[in-house]
Amino acid sequence: MSLLNHAIPLNWYLLLSAVLFSLGVIGFLIKRNLITVFMSIELMLNAVNLTFVTFAYQWNAVKGQIFVFFVMMVAAAEAAVGLAIIIAVFRARGTLAVDRINLMKL
Amino acid sequence: MYLILFIVFAGFCLAGAINLLLQTHPINSALSLIVVMTSLAVLYLLLGAEFLAIAQIIVYAGAVMVLFTFVVMLLNAGREERTLGSRAARPIGFTAVVVLLAVFATVILRVQGLNPAVLGHGLTNAPNQSNLVLLSQVLFHELLLPFEVTSVLILIAILGAVAIARREGAERTAEK
Repeated sequence: MSLLNHAIPLNWYLLLSAVLFSLGVIGFLIKRNLITVFMSIELMLNAVNLTFVTFAYQWNAVKGQIFVFFVMMVAAAEAAVGLAIIIAVFRARGTLAVDRINLMKL
Repeated sequence: MYLILFIVFAGFCLAGAINLLLQTHPINSALSLIVVMTSLAVLYLLLGAEFLAIAQIIVYAGAVMVLFTFVVMLLNAGREERTLGSRAARPIGFTAVVVLLAVFATVILRVQGLNPAVLGHGLTNAPNQSNLVLLSQVLFHELLLPFEVTSVLILIAILGAVAIARREGAERTAEK
C-alpha cells in the first residue's frame, strides 16, 4: 500500500531530463547521418521541455507550460525548414553523410 | 501507482533514446524517437499538464515525426557509414558528455525543497477549474500577441520550406 501511494521527488524528473539531454548530445556527436543528427537535436529540445514542465509543477506557474507550448511551435517550424534544407543538400550532393558535406559551395 | 507509472515510462524514454543511438538505420532511429516522445507525453500527464501531453502527441509524435519518416523514405536513406571523423569524435565527445552529465547530476541531486510529485495535483486546486481553463486564460489574454506572432512564424516557415525544397529547374519545365 505504501508503494502505491508513494510520491516521487521532482529531482528524478530533472535527472531524467538531464540524462535525455546528454543522450541527445552523444547522438549529435557520434551519428554520421544528417537526418539522425537532426533527430538528436529534437531529443535535446524534448529534454528541455520536460525540465520546463517540472518547474512549472514545482512553482504552480502556468507560464512555464505556455513556454513549452511555444517551444513546440517553434520546433515544428524548425523541423519543417531543417528537413527542407536536408532535401536541398541531398539534391546538391547526393549523400547524407555529414563527413562528405564539408564544403559550403556547390 | 505514481512510482510504477513513472518508472515504466521513464524506462521507455531512456530505452528509446539509447535505441536511437544504437540503430544504424535512420528509420529505426525515427521510430524509437516516437517511443521517446509518446512516453514523455505520459510523464507530462503525471505532472498535471494535460494540454501539453496531447499537444506533444499531436505535434511531435504526430506531425514532426511523420515529416521525419517521410523525408527518410523520400531520400531513401540507407545505413550510415563509419569514417575517420566519427572515430575521432567518439572519445572526446563521450568524455565531454560524461563531465556535463556529472555536473548536471550533482546540481540536481543537491537541490533541496523540491515538492514531491503526486497524482491529481495540477496547477490549480480549485475544484471547478481545470488546468486548461487557466492555461487558455493566460495564453489568450496576456500572451495573445506572442501567440499571433507564432502563427506568422509558422506561415513563414512553411513558405521557406517550400521555397528551399523546390527543385531548381521546376519553373522552367513548367513554362515549357
